[in-house]
Amino acid sequence: MVEIDASKRLHSAEDDIKLRVSASFKRGDFVAFFGASGAGKTTILRMIAGLLRPDSGRIAVDGEVWFDSRERVDLPPQKREVGFVFQDYALFPNMSVEENLRFALQKGDNPSIVDELIETVGLGAFASRYPSALSGGQRQRVAMARALVRRPKILLLDEPLSALDHTMRSKLQEELADIHRRFGLTTVLVSHDPSEIFRLCNYVFKIEGGSVKKEGSPSELFVKERIGSSFKFTGEVLSIERCEMVYLLSVAIGTQIVKIMATKKEREGLKIGSRIQIVSKAFHPMIFKIES
Amino acid sequence: MTDAAFWATMVLTFKLAFVTTLILLFIGIPTAYCLSVTTSRIKPVIETIVSMPLVLPPTVLGFYLLVAFSPENAFGRFCEEVLGFRLVFSFWGLVLGSVIFSLPFMVHPIQSGLQSLPKSLTEAAQMLGKSRSTTLFRVLLPNIKPSLLTGIVITFAHTVGEFGVVLMIGGNIPGETRVASIAIYDEVEALNYAAANHYALVLFAVTFLILLLVYIVNRSFLQKM
Repeated sequence: MVEIDASKRLHSAEDDIKLRVSASFKRGDFVAFFGASGAGKTTILRMIAGLLRPDSGRIAVDGEVWFDSRERVDLPPQKREVGFVFQDYALFPNMSVEENLRFALQKGDNPSIVDELIETVGLGAFASRYPSALSGGQRQRVAMARALVRRPKILLLDEPLSALDHTMRSKLQEELADIHRRFGLTTVLVSHDPSEIFRLCNYVFKIEGGSVKKEGSPSELFVKERIGSSFKFTGEVLSIERCEMVYLLSVAIGTQIVKIMATKKEREGLKIGSRIQIVSKAFHPMIFKIES
Repeated sequence: MTDAAFWATMVLTFKLAFVTTLILLFIGIPTAYCLSVTTSRIKPVIETIVSMPLVLPPTVLGFYLLVAFSPENAFGRFCEEVLGFRLVFSFWGLVLGSVIFSLPFMVHPIQSGLQSLPKSLTEAAQMLGKSRSTTLFRVLLPNIKPSLLTGIVITFAHTVGEFGVVLMIGGNIPGETRVASIAIYDEVEALNYAAANHYALVLFAVTFLILLLVYIVNRSFLQKM
């Protein structure tokens, strides 16, 4: 069980916000803190990790108190058994992939875990390469593997896939989900991407205005907000042609121009240049896979 | 000028530079590290003190050191009576003066090197359970090798070329405090231009070679990164 109840005053560019978060989740959960950038999501991760000290509150993991302002407990980051994957990966440029992982070994650890993890993330052929000679996706995998060497109680991911292109991102999402299951981890993800959260997480905390505004499973949280039963597009009418009993509208939607059939009633009041909204039910769309 | 005197002066010059650089490496790394991480309010005061020798006339520093080292005063008397050695007009006095005078040349490159590293490297090492000193020696310093090399070399070269402080506190004792830059001045005073040139040429060549080496080595560091 992970319990967080912490508050911290943040000085941002616009104004000071008071972050006051209380959240709890179970071992083995894959949870997300979701919110706009600047909402304080990363701050929450840093407070769990011990890199940032809350002004007040309590953080406890499996009954072990990591921070308690009243009891004056504040475990240093080194003692918290947390794996942290930084947004910029923070790989050590002076060490090869293997050395980066070896550096994470503690006294008395069995070094075989290093090779095991390198294989798990599929970097066996790159073990002696330096970070500067790796692609973004490979760096991400190294950062991931390095964070797991200590067998952490919690794995914290700070927008881990934000710097990658779409294909790489969805591939790594699968790998993340797989690693989470395989190592029996408790994982906390910070993200502003609902689709990522949907694919990976079983519980979401929505951060807004410095506190948890909503929490629940991704479908509870996003279906009403973001996922509807219809598509909506807004566009601009470019031309209107009469065609027997109906009308054909040419509409610019984004960068596309689409011809749409309109009834006489729908056509009423439209002229060239009108802004219109086109709604289509999502139950009978044709779906084509995009080959990548 | 005999050959023996020439070599004694040269050896002394480089011995002073070597010892000063070595001591400054031990002082400079912790100082630069503390300055790069501290958020303390006295940071500007420490930075000012470290940087003072950059702008202070060497004779001012030399004058105060001379006064301090003098057995007439508390510090000088302490050294002589308790520790049993005299700093003024001695080699170790020169070393102490050079250490103070060259401090910014060691601290500044290392400090700016450390500050240029992303903070996440330190934090990542912390998250992997590593202490501050392990982080400094295994993560931070290996990634600022060019800055370290710059600090070492500039300190060395600067100490070789030092004149004002040395003259004030060291004087001109052959084999003890007479370094090359003093010798040049001394030979010119005696209108002995050939001997002055001898010293000057060696200093010129050595300084050129040292700096050339730094630029070549740093280039290969940067290409590797």
